[in-house]
Amino acid sequence: MSSFLTNFMSFSRINGESKVAPFVVLLLAVTALASASNLLMPQDSVFYVSTYTITLLGKYLCYAMLALAVDVIWGYCGILSLGHGAFFALGGYAMGMYLMRQIGDRGVYGNPELPDFMVFLNWSELPWFWQGMDQFWVAMLMVLLVPGILAYVFGWLAFRSRVTGVYLSIMTQALTYALLLSFFRNEMGFGGNNGLTDFKDIIGFDLQSDNTRVSLFIITALLLCGLLVLSKKIMQTRFGKVIVAIRDGESRARFIGYRTENYKVWLFVYSAMIAGIAGALYVPQVGIINPGEFSPINSIEIVIWVAVGGRGTLIGAIIGAILVNYAKTKFTAIMPDGWLFALGAMFVLVTLYLPKGLMGLVAQLKDQQLQSKQRSANNSSNEKAEEGHA
Amino acid sequence: MSILESTREVMRRDQVWPFLQDHDQKVDISHQVLLYVEGLNLSFDGFKALNDLNLYINDGELRCLIGANGAGKTTLMDVITGKTKCDSGTVYFGQSLNLLEKDEAEIAQLGIGRKFQKPTVFEAHTVMDNLELSLKSNKSVMPTLFATLNSAEYDQIDHVLETIGLKGERMMLAGSLSHGQKQWLEIGMLLMANPRLLLVDEPVAGMTVQEGERTAELLTSLAGERTVVVVEHDMEFVRSIARTVTVLHQGSVLAEGTMDEIQNNQDVIEVYLGEAP
Repeated sequence: MSSFLTNFMSFSRINGESKVAPFVVLLLAVTALASASNLLMPQDSVFYVSTYTITLLGKYLCYAMLALAVDVIWGYCGILSLGHGAFFALGGYAMGMYLMRQIGDRGVYGNPELPDFMVFLNWSELPWFWQGMDQFWVAMLMVLLVPGILAYVFGWLAFRSRVTGVYLSIMTQALTYALLLSFFRNEMGFGGNNGLTDFKDIIGFDLQSDNTRVSLFIITALLLCGLLVLSKKIMQTRFGKVIVAIRDGESRARFIGYRTENYKVWLFVYSAMIAGIAGALYVPQVGIINPGEFSPINSIEIVIWVAVGGRGTLIGAIIGAILVNYAKTKFTAIMPDGWLFALGAMFVLVTLYLPKGLMGLVAQLKDQQLQSKQRSANNSSNEKAEEGHA
Repeated sequence: MSILESTREVMRRDQVWPFLQDHDQKVDISHQVLLYVEGLNLSFDGFKALNDLNLYINDGELRCLIGANGAGKTTLMDVITGKTKCDSGTVYFGQSLNLLEKDEAEIAQLGIGRKFQKPTVFEAHTVMDNLELSLKSNKSVMPTLFATLNSAEYDQIDHVLETIGLKGERMMLAGSLSHGQKQWLEIGMLLMANPRLLLVDEPVAGMTVQEGERTAELLTSLAGERTVVVVEHDMEFVRSIARTVTVLHQGSVLAEGTMDEIQNNQDVIEVYLGEAP
């Protein structure tokens, strides 16, 4: 028991060098400030933050969580997953199913049991996989389990066969594309290409009210911080060190006795679950989930967010996701058709000039400063020496 | 195995059920031979990399394997450590452990350490972390998640750091070490696991003369309590450390003996030493 406790204590110790703690404080402060400005300030005040902005920020934070999931697997283990949009969407669908069931008889057709699209398709009863989804806890369990189990099965098959590198990336793309096609079908029972929408309330709270919106935003921020700290902790344990070791020399890790495929599978499952949670928080804030979320482009975009922020840093992924999505919001308002070009250009520029992303930029600048300082220090000491000689 | 056979297997009363048997088997070296390699055959697309290869390594000896390129030295190591599956033949570790039915991780945990030709250390980790990861410990996922270093393990790391002469570099990133230091660190990583058998592939490739001498000292000091098999091209180096030398040629053993015997062996002179300028 005591050994477990000491283990736990060392597990929960905060590393002195890490920038996570100040970042979490900053993120929570901004969240608190924005929420307070929305709820407490009068609408005509300069400091008032509109509910639209709150929802937009909440959406960014969901994307940030998704980027965190990709960074865990790509930045630390070198597994470039181009299918994390699938886990995100599956988490989103689980939440969407719960919200659909909450509508009850307030739908267009007024059927207390069946969601509108099923009535429209002339279905007489709920399919088996919709059973129990009216319970919040069942839905939340599914948010974790469905992406987790899919990741486990996929990872077990792929990693045990030692599929790596670009082949694995292509397979993850195929996975998300296959899910896209199947969710488009009406027969699947997930609302076909319209997806799930027209949500009314969540555990009894009206989704349109300011209070619910702000609460969702705060919950997203808290969960994001929690997962950030947890991920950082995991990466500081010996497990995390093994993960990085697998990235840098998988066969070496295997020859000192680690079953690398098990490590990769469990990290993949962890990452998929984070993506699922992000999707589940995304859906009530955005108000719709449709098969478009499965599209391969989305999954590639996530990778770009992480690359822009700097991979293998966790904080970088979050910053990258928020910045790129803010840019996307602004850019698509001015030049809707130009966004994809801008995104591509950004990716090329980051790969060429900022291989370590924005987080790496800070380190680069510090390095340069240090070098120039040293140089000037050297110069001055040389001058002094010369003066002494004279 | 058919259902009937496996049922019979379970019903036998003269043995414990296979799944209840102790899997933490000890290496049995009652005949002073640690590694038995017998009748090994392996071909890649018709090219016979290993051709009826027989090799016995005694416990505690320092053995050098030499041979021209393509003689099968590295392939042999691949088969022993479970990286490559062979076509036919047997590899036993001690009297009882069949290595061919185990995978890399299991073989490593049995106490067979392998150093690659190119130094492979975990470059993003410190020297200390590299050694910590190589500790002999439970290497499945959950125990690793909660693992911490105890004082005995710290002492062991210190001891190994001293052996490989990297005490001052403890907190340096492995990626910033020199080529020779990386080679030593890799040997240190093998030592952390307390192996019985060390397979060392070209330890002095790319080293300076001084570094090579230190490596030779290190390897000779290891032999005795551990068994060391060294593959090397550098004949000077082999002469400086070897007691017994095995010459491989086209996938099978050509000659075996002391360095002097090997140098005077007519076959060896023809196929190997004769070609060298």
